[in-house]
Amino acid sequence: MSTSVTQFFEGLQSRVLEATAARRLQEKIVIQVGSATCEHAAGSLDVMDEFVKHVKSSGRQDVVLRKTGCTGRCSKEPIVGVTVPGQLPVKYERVNRELVHKIFTSHIQDGAPVVESALDDSLSEIHKSEFVFCAGVRCGLEGENVMMHKFAQKLRDRAPHPETIKVSKVGCFGACSQEDRGKCAYILHRPSKAMYRIHSEQDLDEIIATQVLGGQLVERLLATDQLVSKDFFDMYGDVAFFNRQSRVALRNCGVVDPESLDEYVTYGGFKALGTVLTNRDPQWVINEVLKARLRGRGGGGFPTGKKWQMAFDQKETTRYLICNGDEGDPGAFMDRGMLESDPFNIVEGMIIGAYAIQAQKGFLYIRAEYPLAIKRIQNAIDLSRASGLLGQDIMASGYSFDLEIRLGAGAFVCGEETALIASIEGERGQPGLRPPYPVEKGLWGKPTCINNVETFANISAIINFGGDWFARIGTAESGGTKVFALAGRVKHTGLVEVPLGTTLKDVVFDIGGGVQDDKPLKAVQTGGPAGGFIPAKWLDMEVDFAPLAKAGSIMGSGGMIVLSEEDCIVDIAKFYLSFTTDESCGKCTPCREGTTRMQEILERITIGTAVMGDLDKLERLAQLCQQTSLCGLGRAAPNPILSSLDHFRDEYLEHIIDKRCRSKKCVALIRYVISQELCIGCTVCARNCPVECISGKRKEVHVIDQERCIKCGQCFQVCRFDAVERG
Amino acid sequence: MSHCCQVSTDNWEDVKAKCLTALPEDIVNYIDDHKGDEHAESNLIAILHRVQRHFGYLGQEQMNAVAQLAQIPLAKVTGVATFYHLFRLQPRGKHVISVCMGTACYVKGAEKLSQRLMDELGIHYGETTKDGMFSLDNSRCLGTCGLAPVIMVDDQVYGPVTPSEITIILEKYIKQPRAAAPKAALAVQ
Repeated sequence: MSTSVTQFFEGLQSRVLEATAARRLQEKIVIQVGSATCEHAAGSLDVMDEFVKHVKSSGRQDVVLRKTGCTGRCSKEPIVGVTVPGQLPVKYERVNRELVHKIFTSHIQDGAPVVESALDDSLSEIHKSEFVFCAGVRCGLEGENVMMHKFAQKLRDRAPHPETIKVSKVGCFGACSQEDRGKCAYILHRPSKAMYRIHSEQDLDEIIATQVLGGQLVERLLATDQLVSKDFFDMYGDVAFFNRQSRVALRNCGVVDPESLDEYVTYGGFKALGTVLTNRDPQWVINEVLKARLRGRGGGGFPTGKKWQMAFDQKETTRYLICNGDEGDPGAFMDRGMLESDPFNIVEGMIIGAYAIQAQKGFLYIRAEYPLAIKRIQNAIDLSRASGLLGQDIMASGYSFDLEIRLGAGAFVCGEETALIASIEGERGQPGLRPPYPVEKGLWGKPTCINNVETFANISAIINFGGDWFARIGTAESGGTKVFALAGRVKHTGLVEVPLGTTLKDVVFDIGGGVQDDKPLKAVQTGGPAGGFIPAKWLDMEVDFAPLAKAGSIMGSGGMIVLSEEDCIVDIAKFYLSFTTDESCGKCTPCREGTTRMQEILERITIGTAVMGDLDKLERLAQLCQQTSLCGLGRAAPNPILSSLDHFRDEYLEHIIDKRCRSKKCVALIRYVISQELCIGCTVCARNCPVECISGKRKEVHVIDQERCIKCGQCFQVCRFDAVERG
Repeated sequence: MSHCCQVSTDNWEDVKAKCLTALPEDIVNYIDDHKGDEHAESNLIAILHRVQRHFGYLGQEQMNAVAQLAQIPLAKVTGVATFYHLFRLQPRGKHVISVCMGTACYVKGAEKLSQRLMDELGIHYGETTKDGMFSLDNSRCLGTCGLAPVIMVDDQVYGPVTPSEITIILEKYIKQPRAAAPKAALAVQ
């Protein structure tokens, strides 16, 4: 039987290779345009349209347009990549119709890249080729840095034009295996995509002699193993935002066309499924996932392998597998990124997971708010089914499994597993009591495994590269990487994937570029409405499940909101509480009533009518709600309050006692006063005041009637002499 | 269809004919096609999505028909329809404006946008202007946090938006009510 799977996979691969070869992409100029919800919102459809027109009217046959997913560099979208054969790929940021014209006439027609529009200034120096060293951030190997400096020195000494060759490093290729760990260094050569594995200085000399001077590949030093993020770094390795990351779950995002099965297979897709079906041993899959120390990426952090083992050990043989794509946390968009940009990877991960627990049927529960994700996943399911990768007799292995999409309808609580099951069953999405856990009695009373989108996104890599490899990337407790949605007051917003155990500082400052306008950082909020605030002084904390829990927050699904001095902690806590109050399903009293009352107290604090007793009440209610609610939503709802009380109690006190909001966010506590010294009586403020509460004659000092002032801040904004003071 | 018999009643043809006056044929067929499935009642949310996509909201008449055809108690249909945020029981304006109230948008000033919209349109969340032109909603995170703060008019996301740009966006829809929505989002400032 297993040989039939191998034959099937080889057949698929050769068909795809033929189709790919027929496109002859390597001989053509490839223009790739990002295509995902956020890219579309930023105008990438227009960009595509404009490129189509340009290619048509130029009549060039050697220019190909490709649609790819989103890399997660949100604030710079739409992103366009241009790859000219034999040259380093160039990426452009914030492309619009005018820039398309410029790119086409200058870069495509005349061969001169539009330097000033390159993504993150990546063209500040133009190079012909690049050697990218692995910095070994996770294995702690410093050797590469030494090698890198030696190599740069040798280049300067021996290469005829060293200024055309760039030497740089990326965080971790995730390449090393147990045997050669710490003994060798990996170097990616662009644009040839050659991956070298070097052990000594002689190897460096040989690369210079053969590759740099001779223009030939050094066959002897080529690494034989396929690397997980090679294609990604080949495309984006020169952008600082990306090369500090480690891409496993997001490795294909922004690289493959999310609507093409062929492209996914070209980039190593379905190889893992082939391996699994050839081995014909569910226990082997579970063991690999156990070895990988993969913990559920939805927030709870339960070991995935253990969950699968529990489902696999059930007596009942009708089993279900569910992918939880009900990404409801405000400020989180990791799942959307993966579903839209690499849907086949999720489908493959699910089939492998289903095989491991021997499920016959799977459901992808996706928010109805993500229409593009739904469309692309449906397309991926249809194409996989048509190619024999899903449905009856998958890859001629005799194993059958099918997938179906179920839509959410806007209920945050449905991210909770029992509520999600109720929703799939067509009921109101209210959570139930656990135990029994879904792995024993889940969907329609049968054993059911529910895993997050990101969890499934990691599975194919674990199978391809081994559980041990995956475990090594992370920390001692949890293996692998985690994707964060970095947003809020940070310079570079977007999707960031880093090894677990990376410090918050690295994420916010090295990758995110620091706080907007270089204002002081106040806190980082992780985990969405169920998470907490981590104060700026704890920035050296490692990002992992345990340290985050210790700080009073949670990993959550991966939302990471950066807050600066401009943000009021009480106000943000109130925001989260109003969210959970609204989303509380109303089944249990502590959550239904508790969240409402806590929100009322926070409201009183922010409008200046709270008394000291309110603070005790708030704390007591928060603890009660945490201890007695039925499901995770209610139990985690007080986290923003409790953690902010822990770290920012002085701000609460300021609101209550001094009636002051230091970040000027709580409108009711702001007072606008006109300075006697600075006011020259120009009357601009009086004319702009919507409630006409500013009085004063021309060329005389004006006065604000505090009784009637609605604190809209118009006067503050329009005064040209800074005479209106906000206090 | 043969599998209909499992849940049909004596007056099935009458029921079906009556339901056809409330629901379009494709939805009736969809319910019919899936009625024989195992766990058919689990399709309720999918059915309601279809009804809402067609009518813009879930009217009482439509919910009655769904309950009849799918043989699900009306109490449950109503229960599900009122539980989920996305289902609406009232008709909506021609254009639906939703202000994203995700964390990133909130931090970057979504409150100001919603205040401006309420002032301009004279309505609160969940309401529709008298001329039936606009409905205003606040939505959970739209997942385009990189562009925060954003608003969505029908299917078009605009971002980042400042309060003063609200007027410009609204005018586009008021002036050309029939023309397609302008494709490009506002240029990043």
